[in-house]
Amino acid sequence: MICLLVAGFYPAAATGQQPVKLTFWSWRVEDKWAYDKIIQAFQQRNPGIQVEFVPFKATEYNTILSSALTAGKGPDIIHLRAYGGLETFAAPGYIAQLDFDKLPELKTFSRQLLDGARGRKDGKLYGVPFATQSLVIYYNKKIFAQNNLSVPKTWDEFLTVLKTLKDHGVLPLANGGKEGWTLEVMSGVVAPNFYGGTAFYDAVTRGQTSFKDTAYTNALAKMLDLRPYMHPNFMGVDYTTMQQQFINEQAAMFIGGSWEIGFFKAQNKDLDFDIFVAPPSKAGTTPWVSSYNDGNYGVNAKTPYMDAALKFIQFTATREFGQMFTDMLAQLSAVPGVEVRDPILKHVQELSRKATPYIMLVGFRWQAPTGSTLLQSALQGMMAGSKTPEQVGDEVTKGLSAWFEPFQGR
Amino acid sequence: MRTSRRMWLVFFLGPATVVFATFITYPILSALAFSMYAWEGIGRRGFIGLANFARLFATFPYSGLLVNAFWHNVLVFVVTMLIQNVTALGLAVLLARSPWGTRGYRVVFFLPVMLSLVIVGFLWALFLNPIFGLVNKFLTLAHAGALARPWLGDASTALLTLIVVNAWRWLGFPTIVFLAGINAVPEEYVEAARIDGAGEWDVIRRIIFPLLAPAVTIIVLLTFIGSFNWFELPYIMQGVSGAPNRATDVLSLLFYRTAFGEVDTGLQDIGIGSAIAVLMFALLLTVSAVGAVLLRRREVELA
Repeated sequence: MICLLVAGFYPAAATGQQPVKLTFWSWRVEDKWAYDKIIQAFQQRNPGIQVEFVPFKATEYNTILSSALTAGKGPDIIHLRAYGGLETFAAPGYIAQLDFDKLPELKTFSRQLLDGARGRKDGKLYGVPFATQSLVIYYNKKIFAQNNLSVPKTWDEFLTVLKTLKDHGVLPLANGGKEGWTLEVMSGVVAPNFYGGTAFYDAVTRGQTSFKDTAYTNALAKMLDLRPYMHPNFMGVDYTTMQQQFINEQAAMFIGGSWEIGFFKAQNKDLDFDIFVAPPSKAGTTPWVSSYNDGNYGVNAKTPYMDAALKFIQFTATREFGQMFTDMLAQLSAVPGVEVRDPILKHVQELSRKATPYIMLVGFRWQAPTGSTLLQSALQGMMAGSKTPEQVGDEVTKGLSAWFEPFQGR
Repeated sequence: MRTSRRMWLVFFLGPATVVFATFITYPILSALAFSMYAWEGIGRRGFIGLANFARLFATFPYSGLLVNAFWHNVLVFVVTMLIQNVTALGLAVLLARSPWGTRGYRVVFFLPVMLSLVIVGFLWALFLNPIFGLVNKFLTLAHAGALARPWLGDASTALLTLIVVNAWRWLGFPTIVFLAGINAVPEEYVEAARIDGAGEWDVIRRIIFPLLAPAVTIIVLLTFIGSFNWFELPYIMQGVSGAPNRATDVLSLLFYRTAFGEVDTGLQDIGIGSAIAVLMFALLLTVSAVGAVLLRRREVELA
């Protein structure tokens, strides 16, 4: 009898213990279906590990994650934002440190993307970047054809296109100003060509100049050129209304991020759209495109299943993962060498060769008050006409000087 | 007898005290402690005394934001008193005379109070949408299209619009409280005044208002606490940043933003966030206590 029992238990012990169960927290509620499929592929290859994807509402994610981590709990695998959003959790030691020995796949990732996965203080890696985003201009091809318009090559041509559309009774731009971050995105599209892209970025992040520089404030002033071509009540137009205006073909263009492609397609199958990037002032110059690391997959430093968790995020650094991610979510995977099949996304990839860091997110979101917080509300003032571009530059510089020493006394 | 009564007291008050201590007292005390530490992201570092308060009062943009949000709270209180509570008092006086359909009116006035605040916020945000919202559509139909504007996106109208929506939601509550107060005024007093030749207005001013003082005390204090803790409606309708350009920023939003961060925009600064929470608590406690004493003094005891 005992022999039988022992024999009965033995095979179970031989094939390994209970499968390890990992939890994976994220703010991407709308992507759950894709992650579930990706996890299935991972589990087939790693039968001993089970992963559960648990998404939370994006606006509550940080609060929930902070509370869990400070209480010594939290998931094994953590969907993390990049840059300063990563630093908040990494600097106090809640995220496991990674390096090229643990994850040799990371060696092939672009340096600019890896910078979004590093701690600012120690320069160490804390995650595997998952996507890169670019800021672009979407346009409705049907509306452009109906008005005999083609993609503008220069800023002046762009203004002519906007004017023609307005004269023909079409709302040229879907954009609004009720949510400050959509205005920051707009500045990320418009401004780099006028402030000189990465050269200015390098100078300002090194503290050689500040946002009071006329190069920057004059670039912000270009946003005011667009004001007549937005809805007369655009200051009350929120992000959802912006999206609906473009999806329902009520507006010809939408200035936004490359993350919209999948959503636009899903909402209106008949929407015939493409993208172009912000036109430069002179024809023939390659335009600057703001881009950034969208976020990272990290491992909880206190997870009891470190090896299994590392195995999973190692999987997220493989070409196989990147391909699934790009195909299913219509986003540019951070993994190098992934083949982009979606024509619009491919267009984004081709046009954003001359990428420049999305200035406040990459350079000035490391401590509170962040450059984004300061810029977003100041831009609302500027677009409403109660602040000049110079005042915006002053406010941002003064606010950042609280923690960015080179700006002190400027 | 004594001990068993005490046992019962402990039995009934115990659970509430425990809940209150865990969810109210403990967080307040821990916020007080947090406000005196340095923070690195979500990690607590060394004790720094009052440095967070100094930073809050002396550094841009926090000093400006604090003052801006405080005056918005004051405005919310004053305007709510004027439009919500004065209207409620008027409605209560009218309802107390039991016009035809009193019961129906009472239900109608009280109905929005029972709606979830989240629903109220979303509904009004839709009504006020500048492109397809009912409010601007209606104004255009009524040949008042010039009045159509981005109500929630215009810095000069956003806060007032929120206050009006809030008053719409809450109007029924002070109405019912005042109505109960008016109904509690003994009929003999009113009759005696009438016999002495008092007109309608004299009765209201000299008999009803003085005897309504306890209800007024409650409503003023609740409006004050509600105005200075105001969070849900601005959060639902305008988001956490007090948009546009801090025109609807109030102390609770400022606290929430600094303590927990803004998604994809701002980072948390728990030290400053806790300092704001401590200031808010001190302000509410002091003003409510002083206000309660002052308002009680003018209440008249019914013999």
